[in-house]
Amino acid sequence: MSPKTLYDKIWDAHVAHEAEDGTCLLYIDRHLVHEVTSPQAFEGLRMTGRTVRAPEKTIAVPDHNVPTTPGRDDPKNMTEDSAIQVAALDSNAKEFGIHYYPVSDVRQGIVHIVGPEQGWTLPGMTVVCGDSHTATHGAFGALAHGIGTSEVEHVLATQTLIQKKSKNLKVEITGKLRPGVTAKDITLTVIGKTGTAGGTGYVIEYCGEAIRDLSMEGRMTVCNMAIEGGARAGIIAPDEKTFEYCKGRPNAPTGADWDAAVAWWKTLYSDDDAHWDMVVTIAAEDIAPVVTWGTSPEDVLPITADVPAAADFQGGKVDAAQRSLDYMGLTSGTPLTDVEIDTVFIGSCTNGRIEDLRAAAEILKGKKIKDGMRAMVVPGSGLVRAQAEEEGLADIFKEAGFEWRLAGCSMCLAMNPDQLAPGERCAATSNRNFEGRQGRGGRTHLMSPAMAAAAAVTGKLTDVRDFS
Amino acid sequence: MDKFETLTGIAAPLPLINIDTDMIIPKQFLKTIKRSGLGVNLFDEMRYDDGGAEIPTFVLNQDAYRNAEILVAGDNFGCGSSREHAPWALKDFGVKSVISTSFADIFFNNCFKNGILPIVLPQEAVDVLMKDAEKGSNARMIIDLEAQTVTSSDGEAFSFEVDAFKKHCLMNGLDDIGLTMEKAASIDTFEAELSKSRPWV
Ligand code: SF4
Repeated sequence: MSPKTLYDKIWDAHVAHEAEDGTCLLYIDRHLVHEVTSPQAFEGLRMTGRTVRAPEKTIAVPDHNVPTTPGRDDPKNMTEDSAIQVAALDSNAKEFGIHYYPVSDVRQGIVHIVGPEQGWTLPGMTVVCGDSHTATHGAFGALAHGIGTSEVEHVLATQTLIQKKSKNLKVEITGKLRPGVTAKDITLTVIGKTGTAGGTGYVIEYCGEAIRDLSMEGRMTVCNMAIEGGARAGIIAPDEKTFEYCKGRPNAPTGADWDAAVAWWKTLYSDDDAHWDMVVTIAAEDIAPVVTWGTSPEDVLPITADVPAAADFQGGKVDAAQRSLDYMGLTSGTPLTDVEIDTVFIGSCTNGRIEDLRAAAEILKGKKIKDGMRAMVVPGSGLVRAQAEEEGLADIFKEAGFEWRLAGCSMCLAMNPDQLAPGERCAATSNRNFEGRQGRGGRTHLMSPAMAAAAAVTGKLTDVRDFS
Repeated sequence: MDKFETLTGIAAPLPLINIDTDMIIPKQFLKTIKRSGLGVNLFDEMRYDDGGAEIPTFVLNQDAYRNAEILVAGDNFGCGSSREHAPWALKDFGVKSVISTSFADIFFNNCFKNGILPIVLPQEAVDVLMKDAEKGSNARMIIDLEAQTVTSSDGEAFSFEVDAFKKHCLMNGLDDIGLTMEKAASIDTFEAELSKSRPWV
């Protein structure tokens, strides 16, 4: 048998039909659904008299447009459009008989945090969701990617997707990370190097010692942003850490099924002489704590650098960089550590897990946020929130002056009332710094949870290595 | 879905790279549970000021381009979120084709599901078409999907590639789901096999 990559293996195990031109029907093992990209798909099913083919493989949770403030079990405490979307998901879940975690359920949270937490996401699976950050689930050695609403409808109706195979891109992070450097710094550094379109047409496999050393949480952070590099998916080969994380989860297999599953999962790695269409290698020791300065996730620099000038770039990027600098209100040559911020957002499917909250709380222990700073922590799920409360992290955040919110996407995309006002500048642990992403005219700097926590205290972008 | 065969239309130039889906349709318009009515909010934050008045310098606010059916744009058009509201907004505005050197993957797929043809051309060709688009409403481009060509108002033609299956669906206005359902037997067989080989799924 010819050598295969991990992606090749999972792909081959899911082809339900292949046409002569290579167009395949890829079988979908898990379909995750949320309130913003699904109403039109369910409506489409109703209009054509179709049903959900595999409701037992379909899991729904409201997250994008829910308030993260207390009292949200009562729709009266939601904005009108939130209430409409959440009510639509409630009734669609009931009508079509799919698994559902309503806002009142402690297991509710960001769909990409809930899937792994509940054991829906397992190695070797195909996982899709009408959300681009579905790539997160690749951390388990699952082939996971975002789809549009028409494709959501297609998966609901047929449990398959029409797909052509992508190319294989290997991103290897060799050696060990230096102190203060996190999974977020890895993933941002990769995008800084390859660009936001660098991964277009590829599925990325992240590998190398620094990736192996990451916890499952860290691996999810890395895969989460594969889409920001343009890739269809990011994936990491499963290992003992992965199995350990999955074991005992509510929907993970048990008994003989578990043993059979693990036996198969252990075959899921790229063969030594597998073919790669592109390879990117980065030494872990060259990765510094980074922040973004512009309005594209590729606008990444080490925190020790200065704000760049448009002239530092080439081609279409010159104009784009100038536009970014204007939008961000930054002057070339300013040290990044002199940039003052007024808002801090810790949360999102990139960095809203327990380990992220621990890292931020570690920085904040016994400290207070700067006067006038607006800072919030939005845990990724109700269970993360409960665990953080049990570990005493919530108290650290609250004593430092952070708001302690309920789970949801919140200020990551600012559909709910958690938004930046024009000109406000935010240190965010989320994944997109686009113009207006966190509110019209709002300015976003992406970074790790520890860096965001440090910035909350100093009021400026801060090198976490210098922070004490 | 509407059929796409040929299109003769006004092309609007958008010479920016990395036009993301938040620019195409900002999140405050994702609150709808319908597919229609998003055209007025296409490019909302670039098109209107804080008070909701049109920003005259934005291309689609200029008389020559109000009826544009084609966009010519910089690299990596449609990057960012999976929101199909982006092609819905384009379609609702009247855009039927977007020309660029590259598109983000999910957006690219979403276009085809909505009768919009995204066309990838080399930089030199996009440069020529960008210039052509700058000429305004008298300069009509012709897109011929059958022949896979875009012709500038000066008659300069460029060939483009398109996936044969996607082309077939677009030209015949076919519904993907209906086509897949014709293959239900393959899916049944796959599922039966799956329940034996990986019962935990
Ligand atoms: S947290 Fe942000 S990126 Fe993640 S699913 Fe929610 S909106 Fe999308």
